[in-house]
Amino acid sequence: MDELLKLSGVVTHIGSYHILHGVDLSVRRGRVTMLLGRNGAGKTTTLRSIMGLWKPRAGSIVFDGTPIGTLDTPDIARLGIAYVPETMGIFSQLTVGENMKLAATTARFNAARLDDVFRFFPILKTKWNDRAGLMSGGQKQMLAVARAIVENRRLMIIDEPTKGLAPAVIDQLIACLLELKARDTTILLVEQNFHMAQSVGDDVAVMDNGRVVHTGTMAALARDTELQTRLLGLSLAAHQ
Amino acid sequence: MKRDWPAQLLLPVFLLAALPFMSFSTWLTLTVAGAAMGMMLFLMASGLTLVFGLMDVITFAHGAFISLGAYVATDVVAAMPEMVASHSWAAALAVLAAALTAAILITGVSGWIFEVVIIRRVYGSHLRQILITVGGLIVAQELLVAVWGANPIPIAKPAALQGSVVIAGASIEIFRLVAVALGLAVYVCLQLVLSRTRLGLMVRAGVENIEMVEALGFRVKRLFVAVFIVGCALAGVGGVMWGIYQGLVTPAIGPEMMILVFIILIMGGMGSVGGAFVAAILVGLMTNYSGFLAPKLALGSNIVLMVVILLWRPRGLFPLVKS
Repeated sequence: MDELLKLSGVVTHIGSYHILHGVDLSVRRGRVTMLLGRNGAGKTTTLRSIMGLWKPRAGSIVFDGTPIGTLDTPDIARLGIAYVPETMGIFSQLTVGENMKLAATTARFNAARLDDVFRFFPILKTKWNDRAGLMSGGQKQMLAVARAIVENRRLMIIDEPTKGLAPAVIDQLIACLLELKARDTTILLVEQNFHMAQSVGDDVAVMDNGRVVHTGTMAALARDTELQTRLLGLSLAAHQ
Repeated sequence: MKRDWPAQLLLPVFLLAALPFMSFSTWLTLTVAGAAMGMMLFLMASGLTLVFGLMDVITFAHGAFISLGAYVATDVVAAMPEMVASHSWAAALAVLAAALTAAILITGVSGWIFEVVIIRRVYGSHLRQILITVGGLIVAQELLVAVWGANPIPIAKPAALQGSVVIAGASIEIFRLVAVALGLAVYVCLQLVLSRTRLGLMVRAGVENIEMVEALGFRVKRLFVAVFIVGCALAGVGGVMWGIYQGLVTPAIGPEMMILVFIILIMGGMGSVGGAFVAAILVGLMTNYSGFLAPKLALGSNIVLMVVILLWRPRGLFPLVKS
């Protein structure tokens, strides 16, 4: 399987802070790659660097053969990359429907994709005309993911979607990601929840101190508690 | 959608509260005069609130675009003496339309140049924005003097828009009714664009979270330029109406209005077009009511109004949420 996204020696500073010290990362086409690591390891900075929200000072980021490290964020998104930030990025003053309309590249929705969204997250249909800011945290996260899947994207980048969510909502998100995975959607996912990481992850990259320190399959990491403890400070089960 | 009733009821309550202190005809005259002044202030403030809301840019040079609009109107009106003297409504509206069109074009283009040359360099830094736009205002005022001279320039009101009509025993200036109609039309257009179009959706989303709008694939920088041009053009429209209403145009005609414009922005909630609309009418009404009831307090009455509203709603009547 070929690489859809490849980061080589990516160095990113935020102001005077040196966060990424040369990140090497590959995301293979049609696979779900988990990006794991302790808090402050540089996971979110890596995702934001890919999206051009923080510009790398050195290194290269190549998406499907196109160097994107120097492109502006809108141009990167237009290549077919959907981004769900840790903060969800919901427009709280807009309705659920308006949030979805902004995520669609044309004025009209793809009916089949919209049906999928409503099948994954029925609550969004009910709340279509409600202001997004009035929804619960879980519903907002559903909307954030729904925006990313309302059209067929070549790569989905999702930052800690289960953070602070109730188990029932996490199960809904897992079901959604599993179905996307079954359709060969390529996903780069930062996640601390072991249940979700083990359920949906194919490949894994573990970060520490601004570098990728381990790559392999998710199944192998899930089996090796000693490796988990060494890389993550404690076993994945303790992250649940 | 949940409505903020206390803030929405403020304007009707304010209108009714003034009624017991004067006769109905006086109240009606003052109310229409206040609404007309409010609408002209709204035209000047709406552009600035959009610019602040979306771009997070505070520009003190906005007053220069108000002045520029008024000066352009002096030339256009002076070039159409026969139509200005005509008592035909069509001729009067044609003069007004020509002045507004010219002002929109010239202030829009000037705004575009101002954004490229000055504003683009100071995104994200309020202190630098204030310093450079105050400097820009001084330069712009001097340029106006260089082009149009330092002496005040009279501007004639089209004959058909002079005089008054009597409605329910109250004498109401025709030009004020035109100002109310124009202000309402601009407000409705702005609301329709903001609520019904994809461009409006992008602006409203950008006001909340520019980064996420970019991550969805929209080029916000282009949107910034477009909004800044629209903001300056609206200032020009306000300048045309205010200039004709005042009958005399000076380089300071715009900057003089900026105190009221900033009061409107703060009272309405920085960045909120609906808030600016309500606050502008409140300011117009307060100026007229207090001018009639307690002329000595008229100058400070709007400051008092702003303080009271901020004590009640520290972020203004209709604050925007930024993330």
